[in-house]
Amino acid sequence: MADTTNRMLTMAEAVREAMTIAMNEREDVFLMGEDVGIYGGAFGVSSEMQNKFGADRIIDTPISELGIVGAAVGAALAGMRPIVEIQFSDFTAQAMDQIANQAAKIHFMLGGALHVPLVLRTPQGSGTGAAAQHSQVLETWFANIPGLKVVVPSNPADAKGLLLSAIDDPNPVIFLEHKLLYKIPGRDAVPEGVERIPLGVSKVLRHGSDLTIVATGIMVNKSYEVAEKLSAEGINITLIDPRTISPLDMDPIHESVQQTGRLLVVQEGPSHGGFINEVIARVSESASFGSLIAPIKRLAGMNIPIPYAPQLERAAVPQIEDIEVAAREIVKNWR
Amino acid sequence: MTTIQLLKGHPLSSKEHASHALLYMWKIRKFEEAVEDLFGRGMMHGTMHLSIGQEASPTGMCLALDLADQITSTHRGHGHCIAKGADLTRMIAELLGKKIGYCGGRGGSMHIADVETGNLGANGVVGGGIPIAVGAGLASKLQKKGTVAVSFFGDGAMNEGAFHEAANLAAIWKLPVIFFCENNHYGMSSSTEKAFAIEKLADRGLGYGIPGVTVDGNNVVEVYEAAEAAVARARNGEGPTIIEAITYRWKGHSRSDKNLYRTKEEIEEWKHKDPLPRFISIVLEKGLLSQDEIDAVQQQAHDQIVHAVNEAVKAESAEPSGLLDAVFKKVGA
Repeated sequence: MADTTNRMLTMAEAVREAMTIAMNEREDVFLMGEDVGIYGGAFGVSSEMQNKFGADRIIDTPISELGIVGAAVGAALAGMRPIVEIQFSDFTAQAMDQIANQAAKIHFMLGGALHVPLVLRTPQGSGTGAAAQHSQVLETWFANIPGLKVVVPSNPADAKGLLLSAIDDPNPVIFLEHKLLYKIPGRDAVPEGVERIPLGVSKVLRHGSDLTIVATGIMVNKSYEVAEKLSAEGINITLIDPRTISPLDMDPIHESVQQTGRLLVVQEGPSHGGFINEVIARVSESASFGSLIAPIKRLAGMNIPIPYAPQLERAAVPQIEDIEVAAREIVKNWR
Repeated sequence: MTTIQLLKGHPLSSKEHASHALLYMWKIRKFEEAVEDLFGRGMMHGTMHLSIGQEASPTGMCLALDLADQITSTHRGHGHCIAKGADLTRMIAELLGKKIGYCGGRGGSMHIADVETGNLGANGVVGGGIPIAVGAGLASKLQKKGTVAVSFFGDGAMNEGAFHEAANLAAIWKLPVIFFCENNHYGMSSSTEKAFAIEKLADRGLGYGIPGVTVDGNNVVEVYEAAEAAVARARNGEGPTIIEAITYRWKGHSRSDKNLYRTKEEIEEWKHKDPLPRFISIVLEKGLLSQDEIDAVQQQAHDQIVHAVNEAVKAESAEPSGLLDAVFKKVGA
């Protein structure tokens, strides 16, 4: 949507703005996490928020991921709407019982009388030279657990609108922010007001008749660059960002594949058992399969822990060049 | 619907209180016996974790709580649920996979929750409910509700990271939380002697700045008195307390238990410390209830369980239709 103010925010600013709006709107919203107060969060996302809302609503915690998430689950059951920041998504492993066995299952398993309105925000992704325990993309883990909603915003405007919806949602939402996007402005202006983007609606970023690309997180941005470049060569690409990978909105994907007949899926996380395989499976078992004129192509992280050295780290996940080569090959080789 | 008829207060403070405490202990005992019977007759599937022998602990703790106070419970949670005031029919119905069961057949024995009585849920993961109770305590403090959150857990849970992280958060934030450890001497087959290098598990509080008290968990009076003090501390903003209640489970850990890790003599010895006759002898001695009145309370508990089983057996089975729609709460609902 066009925005008169034309504000170009970073992901960190957009997330902060959404949290600020939500906390102004409702008293039951609070943020809790390691170093989210004076420090402003490891990536500065909650910078200055403690000054505004006080230490009772921007709560600094000890280094205690299991305790923090568990306390958030309990607070959510008792009528609050906690937002938890886990400093790196890798550390959610410390809290997995509370995420996977408690938050995700309580509503269903306990008969529906209780629910867990909890947002767990956490940065993910490689590219910072932080090596294997600070660089994973874990969206697939969470998407494989019924009861969690999983949001992977690729740009500041979506991050703001989706986070507002996530905070409103009566269910646990895992909100995965790519750390390389925190400090760069998005392509689109971020609306100033309160514009919620519903969870479970895929976004079509551009339309083209030759190839459908479905990408998540930062791979959306990389794919966008490729699509722009290849359009000069006469290769027209439809780019779809599911935005929420659980629940997953397949409609625009089917629609596009039926037009282009070619599908490239891209994710940063490792290919084995990865989320994008779900997209491929759903296309393969649907009528869209009959429209395909090329084998489906998949680009994903290598099935290795993320290595440290920059040249090794780059090699571990799809880069713009890889997407460009794959896109061009599918279109050129399958006519 | 739930019939909530809790009577708060010291079990020896009046005739009503004594008979109330006795009724709840009998209800728990007879509920567990009924579950064992249903299981033995092949009417219940899955597994069961019985708390026979431990009835004084949940009863004594919950006598110190208001309806609005909250609890989290464990895989061995029937007693906590009953002591907090849950509806027996809906409990049995859940075990039998019926539609009117607390979880509509989706949770079973280990996952009963009851919003009306402040029961935030039993838990199939050892230690899983402890941080959740701390969160309920945090919410109480942030919302200035004045409620207390109690986490029931066993000795085994004290070695889980969840206990340690939760205890620390409750301590540093001075939350209105009670960590209620039912030390029944065994985490499945692991004795506390093997699993701990300390004598009193309540001493675990020392490392967190949390006072800990160890009580005879088979004496409902002693449990109540510790509970009342801990509740007062919590409501006064003085922070959490650990209560370690020493007790014993007569039955195996679950249906698969062959009791290979303990002796028959040990089990028999603990049967002599049965919390029910112990409380009965106290009330008789104090002249609070006559033998006839005690028998009437026992009969009342029996009748309630029989009624609950009959109603639950008659109830409609849970159906698989609608399961997909039950995963998430509807937005805006």
